[in-house]
This record gives sequence, C-alpha cells and structure tokens, in this order.
Amino acid sequence: MSGLKKILGLLWMALGPVIIIFLFMQASDKIGAAAEGIARTNTTLQWAIIILIFIPICTGLVIFGYYAWKGEYDHLPESSEEL
Amino acid sequence: MRSTESNVTQSITQVIAASSLGTLIEWYDFYIFGSLAVIIGQQLFPSDAGASALINTLAIFAAGFIVRPFGALVFGRLGDLIGRKYTFLLTLVLMGGSTFLIGLIPSYSSIGYAAPILVLILRLVQGLALGGEYGGAATYVAEHAPVGKRGFFTSWIQTTATLGLFLSLGVIVLTKNLLGAKAFADWGWRIPFLMSILLVGVSIYIRMKMHESPVFSKLKAEGKVSANPLKESFQKKANFKMVLVALFGATMGQGVVWYTGQFYAQSFLENTCKLDFNESRYILLWAIVFATPFFVIFGSWSDKVGRKWIMLTGMLLGVLCYRPIYQYFLDATNVKEMQKTMLQSASEPVVERGLVAGKPDSLITTTVSKTLTNGMTFKESTVEIIPEDVLAEVPAVETVIRDVTLSSSSYLMIIALVFFQIVLVTMVYGPIAAFLVELFPTQIRYTSMSLPYHIGNGVFGGLVPFIATLIASFQGSTPLSGLSYPIGVAALSFVIGAIYIDNRRDENVMD
Repeated sequence: MSGLKKILGLLWMALGPVIIIFLFMQASDKIGAAAEGIARTNTTLQWAIIILIFIPICTGLVIFGYYAWKGEYDHLPESSEEL
Repeated sequence: MRSTESNVTQSITQVIAASSLGTLIEWYDFYIFGSLAVIIGQQLFPSDAGASALINTLAIFAAGFIVRPFGALVFGRLGDLIGRKYTFLLTLVLMGGSTFLIGLIPSYSSIGYAAPILVLILRLVQGLALGGEYGGAATYVAEHAPVGKRGFFTSWIQTTATLGLFLSLGVIVLTKNLLGAKAFADWGWRIPFLMSILLVGVSIYIRMKMHESPVFSKLKAEGKVSANPLKESFQKKANFKMVLVALFGATMGQGVVWYTGQFYAQSFLENTCKLDFNESRYILLWAIVFATPFFVIFGSWSDKVGRKWIMLTGMLLGVLCYRPIYQYFLDATNVKEMQKTMLQSASEPVVERGLVAGKPDSLITTTVSKTLTNGMTFKESTVEIIPEDVLAEVPAVETVIRDVTLSSSSYLMIIALVFFQIVLVTMVYGPIAAFLVELFPTQIRYTSMSLPYHIGNGVFGGLVPFIATLIASFQGSTPLSGLSYPIGVAALSFVIGAIYIDNRRDENVMD
C-alpha cells in the first residue's frame, strides 16, 4: 500500500497543473464563444472566479501529491505527540 | 472553579440542543437565498437579463460558499484563542444581521446595480459567519461527548444543515401559499429573510446560557492554549498534511454529494424539468423528512465500524447512481414527447400582448394548459416576437413548457430517488464531524478542522449548482452534462480517501 500511495503521489502532482490548464483552455473557449457585451463580461467574470478559486486548491493537490510521493502518508499520526 | 463544576453537570442533551438550534438557524439563513435564487435574480438584475440573471444570482450564492474557508480561518483562530462559546455567539449575530438586511435591500428597479452589490457584500458576511459557526458547534459537541459515542452525538449537529434547508423550504412554501405567487414575487420573498432576526434572537438567548467546552477550559487552565493556531495548523507539516488528506480524501467528495442531493436535485427539477414551484419543493421536503433520521443512524454506526467506509460508500454510490437518477427525472417530466400520444385535454389559449423589455418590438405569448391521460398537467407557451422594423428578420417562435405537475406514480418515484440521494448525503455527512474532530488535536482543532470542511463543502459543494448549470449551458452539452462535475470530484475523493485515510476511531480527543 505504501508503494501505491507514493506512485499515486506523482499522479496528484501532475493532476494539479493539468486541471488548471484545462480550466484556462475552457475559459478561453467559452469567453471567445460568448456574444459581445454583457454576455461576454458575465462569462469572463464567471470564469475568472472559477480559476481564482481552483488555483490554490490545485496547488494544494500538488503539495498533497508531493507529500504522498515522499512517504508522508505511510503512517498517519494517532496522537498529538506524533504531530 | 464553579464554571468547571457546572461544565460537568451540564447535560450533553442541553449542549446538543443549544448548539444545534443556533447552527440550524444559520443554515436556514444561508439556504433561503439558494431556494429563492430565481426570484432574487428577477429582483436584483435587469428584467431582460434572462438566464444570465440566474447564473449571476447563483454566482452570488456561490460567493457565500467561497468565503466560508476564510470565515473558518478567522473564527477558527478566535475559537482556538478565546474559546468555542464566544466565537460562535459572534458568528450567530453576524449571520442573523446580514440575513435580515438582505430582506431590506431595494430591487434593481429602485437602486440599479447597487442592489446586487449590496447583496453580494451581505452574502459574503453570511459566508464568513457560517465558516466560523460549524467548526465551533461540531468541536463543542464532540468535546462534550463521551468516548465511543462521539459519532452519535455529533450526528445531531449534522442534521441541522438538512433541517435548516427543510425549515427554509417550509417557510418559503408557506409564505408563498399565504400571499399568492404575485405578491410573493413582488415583496413576499423578503419575509423569510426578515424572520431570521426573531430566530437568531432566541438562539442567542439560549447560547448565552451555555458554558465553555470542558476540554478547552482545561487547556486554558493549564495555559496550553495555542498562541498562534493558524501558524501551528498550516506551517507545521504534520498538521498541514492532515488538513490536505481531510480535504481531498473526505470533505471534497462529501461536499459535492451533499449539494447534489439537496440543492442540485431541486434546481434540476425546477429549472431543467420545469416542475411546478411548489411540487419541486414538496418533493424535497418529503425526501428530507424520511432521510433525516439516517444522519443519526450512520453517525452512531460509525462509532462501531469506523467513519471511513461509511463515508466512502456514500461517495461511490453517488458516482454510480447520479446519471441514471437524473435521466429518470428527465424521462418522467418529458411532457413534450408524452403529449404526442397521451394528451387528454387542452384549455382555450390565453393570449398576452406586451413589449420586449427595453425594445419597441411586440411580444405575443399564447399559453395553453394541458392535461395528459396519466394525470400530469403543464402549461405550454408559445412566445412570438414581432419586430417594430418591418424589414427586420422575425425571430423563430419559441415554445416554453412550465409548471409541470407529475402523475402519482412519478411523484412517488421522484420522492424516492431524491430520498435516496439524501440517504447518500447522510452517509457522507453523518460521521464527518466525529472524523474531523478525531483527526486534529484540541489546541488547533477549531482552526484545522474548519478549513478542510469549508473548502470541501463551501467551495467544491457550494459551486455544484453554479458549475453544473454553467456546464449544462455550454453549446453541445446535454441536460446531464452538469453532473460530470460532482461525479468527477466524488470519484477523485473516493480514490484518495480509500487509499490514504485510516478507518480509525480515536478514543481520546483530550490531546
């Protein structure tokens, strides 16, 4: 199980940037497709909110993957003394 | 000394009742906004904004969720520094005050774009307050609960989110039925917001009589209160890695299951399936009534078998079942197809003539009420626009279905399917407070458990209606496309939770 946790850590590290790139591509696509005027402003605003929220979360996913890859989750602490 | 003695004698029942009532009211305040999204959209945005008004209102709704993690940080820090009791008294006042003020905001027609901006600000205050409330209530109850019954006792706090939704729906349906649809849309929608001030007043009175958590009091007496819980939670790798695993392996999946079952279901039935306003809410109300006891059942069961697999089973069932469930919703309400073979009667057409908002073009709406042989009823309107400029191109006639009421069998089946989704909610949500409390030590518990909970629920969960509606509005998407978001997030959380989380029950939360 420890091996699997570590290998999957690489996947989580890769997944973070992949999600951000995917969101940027979607945003560019949808904003470009929106009609000029209020519709485009609204679409831009909506995607800006989504991207701003998900950048720190995806960064967290990368850190989580890094910890997993380093074996930090091989054993979870069971008391405050272990923290 | 007297305080310590009374802490001991204060019964767990009183603790749960006082904590739960306040939390329930906070959820009520938070959810009336979501339940009234369509009407609020009409009040806050220009009358010709159409679907973008709904999406923007949902964005304001989502903004309240997005700031919840910041509320968790601010109030979590306060809770770990000055105590649980005073912190969640403060959150209650902020929540009640901002909800009351939302009820007083003039509409777009009176103050223009100041209306949505003011509501957005108050919505952000609501989100901050809720971010501080839940972690405090769950921690407070868990720290009072006896060993081996923490899942059972904290599950009562977990019921409040659903009961708050139930209360908000009940007040809305009751107000609308008493005032009538037009008065409700004009001004009656404000009543559920204004009522909050009374409910919060009662809750503040009850909470003032509560005592500080015995675990926190002991920590304070021993001088072990954390000097900087934020730093300890997030700069200490051992703590931060637990925050991350709690978020990605539990609360993220739990959040999307929660909001799909209780919010997206109703939003989908009303906006996509075009179900009648009351009918979609009655369905949710019945489902909530039958499913709510399962919070306590699963919370209690987690004391015996551990928290992990109950929560993960709920996520997995969501991943597997959402698409067939929502496909049934679409099939059962597809009156456009059904009327080809099952039309029983149609009323005389009612023709309304007016102008397109903000334009000189004429608008002719012809509405026919229809009944099908299986007992379903609906209204079918054809909307015709005749440009003032005779040389301009005439837009295609649009047919709109609305106010669909179901046959008895479909009605029962849809209640059963929403009930099933809420049972999944109880599986992921019932044990989670105990799970989070046991994951973090007392010194930094309020701060550490609040953050993953509110990112999971507030951001991943709270964005379900917004992102799913957005995805479903893309060109080439189907009505079920929006489900890819909760299914994807729940699947990822299931995999991470299954591999990285232990199925443990920590007996000692006094550390």
